[in-house]
Amino acid sequence: MYAFDLARPADLASAVTSLQTEGAQALSGGQTLIPVLKQRLSQPSVLVDLSGIDSMKGIRRAGEFLIIGGGTTHGTVAGSAEVASAIPAIASLASKIGDPQVRNRGTIGGSVANNDPAACYPSAVIALGATVETNKREIAAEDFFQGLYTTSLEEGEIVTAVKFPIPVAATYQKFEQPASRFSLTSVFLAKMGDGSVRVGVTGAGADGVFRHAGLEAALSADFSAAAVDGVAVDAGMMSNDLHATPEYRAHLVKVMTKRAIAALS
Amino acid sequence: MPKDGGIGASVVRREDTRFLKGKGRYTDDMNRPGQTYAYILRSSLAHATLNNIDTAAASAAPGVIRVFTGADITAAELGGVPCGWQITDKHGEPMKEPAHPILAVGKVRHVGDPIAVVVAETYDEARDAAELIDIDMTDLAAVVDMRTAETSGNQVHEEAPDNVCYDWELGDKEGTDAAFANAHHVTTLEFINNRLVANPMEPRCAIGEYDENDDNYTLYTTSQNPHVIRLLMGAFVLSIPEHKLRVYAPDVGGGFGSKIYHYAEEAFVTWASKEIRRPIKWTADRSEAFISDAHGRDHVTKAELALDAEGKFLGLRADTYANMGAYLSTFAPCVPTWLHATLLAGQYTTPMVHARVRAMFTNTVPVDAYRGAGRPEATYLLERIINKAAQEMGLDQAEIRRRNFIRTFPYDTPVALQYDTGDYDATLNAVMETADYAGFEARRAESASRGKLRGIGLSCYIEACGIAPSALVGALGARAGLYEAATIRVNPTGSVSVMTGAHSHGQGHETTFAQVVSDALGIPADQIDIIHGDTDKIPFGMGTYGSRSLAVGGSAIVKAVDKVVAKGKKIAAHLLEAAESDIIFEDGQYKVAGTDKAKAFAEVSLAAYVPHNYPIDEIEPGLEETAFYDPKNFTYPAGSYLCEVEVDPETGKVEIVAMTASDDFGNIVNPMIVEGQVHGGLAQGIGQALLENCAYDEHGQLVSGSFMDYAMPLAVDLPNFVVETVEGTPCTHNPLGVKGCGEAGAIGSPPALINAVVDAIKGYGIDHIDMPATPLNVWTAIQNASAKQAAE
Repeated sequence: MYAFDLARPADLASAVTSLQTEGAQALSGGQTLIPVLKQRLSQPSVLVDLSGIDSMKGIRRAGEFLIIGGGTTHGTVAGSAEVASAIPAIASLASKIGDPQVRNRGTIGGSVANNDPAACYPSAVIALGATVETNKREIAAEDFFQGLYTTSLEEGEIVTAVKFPIPVAATYQKFEQPASRFSLTSVFLAKMGDGSVRVGVTGAGADGVFRHAGLEAALSADFSAAAVDGVAVDAGMMSNDLHATPEYRAHLVKVMTKRAIAALS
Repeated sequence: MPKDGGIGASVVRREDTRFLKGKGRYTDDMNRPGQTYAYILRSSLAHATLNNIDTAAASAAPGVIRVFTGADITAAELGGVPCGWQITDKHGEPMKEPAHPILAVGKVRHVGDPIAVVVAETYDEARDAAELIDIDMTDLAAVVDMRTAETSGNQVHEEAPDNVCYDWELGDKEGTDAAFANAHHVTTLEFINNRLVANPMEPRCAIGEYDENDDNYTLYTTSQNPHVIRLLMGAFVLSIPEHKLRVYAPDVGGGFGSKIYHYAEEAFVTWASKEIRRPIKWTADRSEAFISDAHGRDHVTKAELALDAEGKFLGLRADTYANMGAYLSTFAPCVPTWLHATLLAGQYTTPMVHARVRAMFTNTVPVDAYRGAGRPEATYLLERIINKAAQEMGLDQAEIRRRNFIRTFPYDTPVALQYDTGDYDATLNAVMETADYAGFEARRAESASRGKLRGIGLSCYIEACGIAPSALVGALGARAGLYEAATIRVNPTGSVSVMTGAHSHGQGHETTFAQVVSDALGIPADQIDIIHGDTDKIPFGMGTYGSRSLAVGGSAIVKAVDKVVAKGKKIAAHLLEAAESDIIFEDGQYKVAGTDKAKAFAEVSLAAYVPHNYPIDEIEPGLEETAFYDPKNFTYPAGSYLCEVEVDPETGKVEIVAMTASDDFGNIVNPMIVEGQVHGGLAQGIGQALLENCAYDEHGQLVSGSFMDYAMPLAVDLPNFVVETVEGTPCTHNPLGVKGCGEAGAIGSPPALINAVVDAIKGYGIDHIDMPATPLNVWTAIQNASAKQAAE
């Protein structure tokens, strides 16, 4: 990697100040950024390490919401009794990310801010209609994710927390890419309090994470595997690589959705 | 029962103490006074002419000592990287052997081909400066697919028309054709043996150091065979005589074949350390390893098997394209020929075999031996086509093999080998019993009730290990002998230092070899040290590969021990005032037969070094003996593997439910280490069959150039292995009766696994699937077969 300065702010205000430096880059768990730096694909002047900001860590329930601090590691989420009782699907999702080393460093804030098209968390954020909280504002999930590795975060804006509405039931069905073990095609399915069913898909979309309107409409009317069979999933919107064709990904969307239904039935 | 710590005991590996504590001493752990760092600028294009390399800005960058290009290598008149084996083609002509320059001259021929080296005070300065090198290249069309390399119209090397390195054949072509003419049934199978990246835990590293005072060079390197590197590099590349060149390979973090070969980086740091009069270290990172370590396998084959009505094999034909990559790596030409075609009889009495192998140059990383080296390719070919034949003829996969087993030994195969011994029924019976072959259909039904397709696959492998009789391999084109050397130095108070040419980089030699010596000398293993890896300490050595260390290196140790004991008997006879012919050596004691008179091993050792009362007129003082052992034949480990899988028809994902291995390794020195070796081999074999795929695009770019896309087997992918060794048939021609176990798992498991997958999905009319059986590949095969069935 290229040389850089390292800032380790203890509070959010200091972090925001540090990020105003030309070429500054926020660092959370570093599970994406550090490999990128090692390959010299990025050359920040200052890395602003957010891991010392205690206010960004932790998990709490507030009424009908589960709020997870942006600096909370996957390992903490996976092992949290609060998460397990409020939205066990999120604990399960976190437990399937990477390996123990990754889970002990990687954070939810880093994951959603990076918006890797194969990351796990974004599917839960959009399926549950969560709100992404930053040092400046609250952003609805639908507005937050803007395509591959792109979000509505502004320069220097920090994800401080993600606020999840607590569903009636939810499940995350992950199908792994054989090499990276990221999502090849995974589905986060939630039954909400208003009776609607929401389906977030990650790993598959050519433009990153998405909700599938057809599946949601069909399952909101008839929560069954048969309802999935009647829905067309368009391969044209799926990505293509060494590990999966668009057709295979489109097929897996339906398979994983059916498995989600089975898990909740 | 084995003696404590002797042959047959599962002694815990002594080397693991340092490895488990993170105290291993690897090449990159070493730092020499005044050391500098090399960064290698490599080609990002697969095939291009090098018009100009402007190094002015890089040379002036901070910390830079010197920038080297191919022009410097040419000016110094260094040799190219040599090849250790020459194949003679079917017309009697030598293979095409184009030059392999240390740094590219005129052209680059694969992504990763080294273009320039920056040597600087720090690694980061070297890397920063390399970004300032301006290279003017003209992109050329790349030769990537070996099947079309002959007709592509593009030339990797001018010296190799149509990109053919050699077109070679083995076996009786007319006889084989006649066998096919009389066949009741012919099975045909076209398949690929996928390309692999070895990926040892430790990337390669080399430090070159020139000592002006003595005009000596030292190369510290990640090698499986330091003497071979000294020989090849000293004699063929740098013209440094052996006495001025030390090659030291300390702890090496895995090799799997990829660290056998002499690499350009080793020659560069050694040579350039004299140019700049300072030591130079180069360490690969993982991305660099992907494009600079020799790759493995990469065959495309059409095979045909002729059978009679009872399923007896009448003849086998194999027509193989083997990818050599852009240059010939050290052993590359012999892998698809003498290590592959010679194994095509397998465990069977097939009377006629004919193999044709075309080795092709392509604009890809050089391909060479990888765990198993040719023998996995042969086993996969045979064991897949046999299952396809069984499927076509309605025969049970075990029964068809039984009808064809070799049962009389020694056995001369139609492809140049003589098997000394074996018992193939024993391993087949054992694996079928252990894995409950008979109960499989009930398990298949149970899986079906859960929506899973269960399959069972058998593979019966044989390999030729204990490489190799020197005269034989010399006749076949090897440019070196393949014996092994050992020195037993008995120290004055009776402890023993063993110097072996067989390098250990995961195999556990420090434990196993000590067991052999402990057993032979009757002294505790903690009195014995095993020393390897340093050409200044070891008389000579051909190194570790081809499951040869114990069979060849261990035999050299036994021969040297025999010499020590023979000399000890003369000393003991003198001390005991008895005739030498009356002295017997057992349990660490020299005894006068039929009496209670005895001298301990250590007493005799002391007398050899303090020869006050000594037969000085007959023998010299001291007790140190060296032996070279040249094997009389290969050894032939063999076994049977059964794999059971469940396929998820909705996703195509294959889960291995069971993998059972039954091996005949002859005598076994350390059962625990043998089991560990089989476990490691199984993991790599399963990796090949299920996960690993080194893929290039049509421009010669490596698509799977990192662990994000190159799938390595993880513990979660593997079942609990069941590994057993039968009471084997000891090798008849080496003193330990051992055969070798390092590669078996990687040889036996891929066809067992693919046979199981095909068995699981045969209901769709599928009779083959290429490796790796990824979810995408299995799902696609099911989709295509279903569409075909629907159309019919």
